[in-house]
This record gives sequence, structure tokens and C-alpha cells, in this order.
Amino acid sequence: MIKEKFSEGDSLLHRLDPRIKIIVALFFSVIIAVTDKYTSLWGALFLAVAAVAVARLRTKELISRLLVVNSFIFLLWLMLPLTFPGEKIYTLASLSVSREGIKYAFLITVKSNSIILVGIALLSTSSIFNLVHALRHLYLPDKLTQLFFFAYRYTQTIHSEYIRINNALKIRGFKPQTNLHTYKTYAYLVGMMLVRSYDRSKRVYDAMLCRGFKGKFWTLNHFVFKKSDFVAGIVMISCIIGLVLLP
Amino acid sequence: MHISEGILSAPVLITGAGLTATAVGYSLKKMEHKEVPKVAILSSVFFVASLIHVPLGPSSVHLILNGVIGLLLGWPAFPAILVALALQGVIFQFGGITTLGVNTFNMALPAIICFYLFNRGIKGANNFIALILAFVCGFLAVLLSGIMVAAALVFTGEPFIQIAKLVLIAHLPVMILEGVLTVFCIGFLRKVKPEILNI
Repeated sequence: MIKEKFSEGDSLLHRLDPRIKIIVALFFSVIIAVTDKYTSLWGALFLAVAAVAVARLRTKELISRLLVVNSFIFLLWLMLPLTFPGEKIYTLASLSVSREGIKYAFLITVKSNSIILVGIALLSTSSIFNLVHALRHLYLPDKLTQLFFFAYRYTQTIHSEYIRINNALKIRGFKPQTNLHTYKTYAYLVGMMLVRSYDRSKRVYDAMLCRGFKGKFWTLNHFVFKKSDFVAGIVMISCIIGLVLLP
Repeated sequence: MHISEGILSAPVLITGAGLTATAVGYSLKKMEHKEVPKVAILSSVFFVASLIHVPLGPSSVHLILNGVIGLLLGWPAFPAILVALALQGVIFQFGGITTLGVNTFNMALPAIICFYLFNRGIKGANNFIALILAFVCGFLAVLLSGIMVAAALVFTGEPFIQIAKLVLIAHLPVMILEGVLTVFCIGFLRKVKPEILNI
């Protein structure tokens, strides 16, 4: 099963209304993505780390997650210092490292990780179902919300189907290698997943019709917007505005 | 294939978000209610495919399959890919809010181009031609995505030109791999479940 590792917990941020969390995360990400001011970015990283601390997530998992998502950033560190024009601080054969290149790579790293951390602290601390429910309240089109609900639901099913087929392959002594047989096997695996998904989608739709589906999902439990949600939202938004105003 | 948060410039991000919003809006409008389960479940297949790692020489790559998704869905590939990428963003933190538009567009536009180019041939009567086109479809979908990722980087700033080139070169083996996989996959579907391809 694909687990939403960070959504379990009982911190302040886990309990906050997901509608507020989505708005704040969006606001933060957009602002930081277009900012190039160093002081603002350091402030952003500080806020992001603080948010993750408030969410009380397991540090080990957090770090391993960050290492994986930073793979593209590592590539930038390998290339940018060499390709960015600017003052040369170190030269080896025909390669020269520029100070501006290192600065730029650093800036991107801080930016990227602040946004990722805030995403973890605010979005990943809600379950997908709550997030999609919240998006509905934030006027996401009906069909798109339905797609989200179904896609999430069936991602779990299709993933376990993949595990099942993969186990069957292993039991039969299949060892993936770089050859045509391996690729053929994987293609058939995907084909089988498509065939089963196709049949399943038909059954799902028939079942929906049986239950009187007329193109709309009804929500049974509504969010309650508390005073503390409002206060938390105001505090977070003002912190972000404060970041932009930093000298 | 995902571009991380915090790298692209504002104009690139805004263009990507605008184009994706328009395309998703258009295809949602065209999409009928009875298509919702099918589109959603193919979105899940796209998600799960990205978790399947296939060995390639000393390392391994994950499947992309945007060509196949495009062929099977047509325009609804746009919302399907958007939903899959958004879910990946929240669950695994790959890509995020601000890059969602660009990343979706980079994956979904090639899917739709493949749909228009190869739909008739791959679903046609001639098996041999269908399989040849399937290879081109899988290959081209990744090639176009790679070019678009590279373009997004280059439009962000000149220092990224070398990285953009590297990204494209790194995707070359993936293109061939996806082409081969698409051939087998389409061959399988033509034999086992031709209805999926509307044959």
C-alpha cells in the first residue's frame, strides 16, 4: 500500500483546517518561487523548518525524503558552478568554478527546500481525502474533484495489483536484467494492469449508476471552521508577508 | 522528468500553469460523466507505472508511459496526468504546487500529440504498421517531454543550457526503452483486449 507517511499525527498543523493549509501553502510557494532576495529566502527556510518542527514529524523519514527529492538539485550543484558566468575562484584544467554559480546553486537549494518543507508541513499532514474535500470547497471543478477521489482510491488498488503480479513473477524465477525478455515481461505486466483497470472502471461506473449517481458527489461530514483556524491562518499569512518586506 | 520547486523563473511557471489550466478546463468540459472512472483509473495506472523501476544497464529508470496514456485517453490525458502528478506531489513531494502546471504540460502535451498522430494507425487493421507506430509513439512521447523540460530550463536562464542538454542526452536511452515497451504493450492489448483500443 502507498502510505501517506506524514499524515498520521496529532500536532497543531495536523488538526488545522485543510482549507487554510492549502491557501497558505499556495501563497508561500508562489511568493518564494518568484523571490530572489537572500534575506527573504533565509527567512523562508527558517519558517519552513519551524513549520516542520511544529508538525512534529519523524526526522529520519523527513531527511530520507529530502535526499530523494533533491536529486535534481545535486545535478545543479555539479553543473551550475562550472557553467555560470562570473568571477572565477578555482580553476582546474579547462574547468573553472565561478563564485556566482555557487551562489546561484545555493539560492536554488534554499528556495526549493523551503517550498518542499512547507509542502510537507502543511499539505502532507492532511490525508488526501481531506485535501480533495477542501479543494472542493475552494471551487475546484466537480469533475476534477471526482477524478482526484477515484484516482487516489484506485492508485491503492492498482498498486497492490502490481505487487501481486510482481510477486507472481518472482515466484516463477524472473530476474529483471537489461534484455528484451525483461522489457517484454514489464510491458505485459503494464498491459495486464491496463486490462484489469479497464474492466474495473466499467464495474465501478455500473455500481455508481446502481446507487443513483447523477454527476455529483455529496459530502457527508463538513469541515468546521474554528476561531483557532482563523487565527493560525492570519498568523501564517502575516509571517509570509513579513518575509517579502524584509530588507 | 519532474522539475523541482524553486528552479524555474516566474514567466516559465506562469506560462506552464496558464497553458495547463486552459487545456485541463477544455478537456473537462468535453469529458462526459461516464468517462470519469476510466480517466481516473488510467491516472492511477500512470501513477503506479512511475513506481515501476526497469533495469537499464548499470542503473534503472522508472516507466513514464505518457504515450500509452495519451493513446488510450486522448484529451482527458491532461486531467489524468495533472491528478497523478498532484497526488505524487503530496505523497512523495516530487514536484509541487508551483511546478505542477509546467510538469503537467511537459508530460501531457506529448501524450495528446501522440494521440493525434498515431491513433488511427495503432488502432488500425494492419498489425505490423501498428507495432512500428507504437515504437515511434513511445519514443516520441519521451523525446517531446525531454525537449519541453529542456526548453523550460533554457527559458529560465542561459546558465541552464548545459543542464538542459544533459537532461536530453540522459533521456535518450529512456526513449528507446519506452518505444520498445510500447510495442510490446500495444501488441499485448491488440491481442488480449482490443476493445481498450476501440478496435
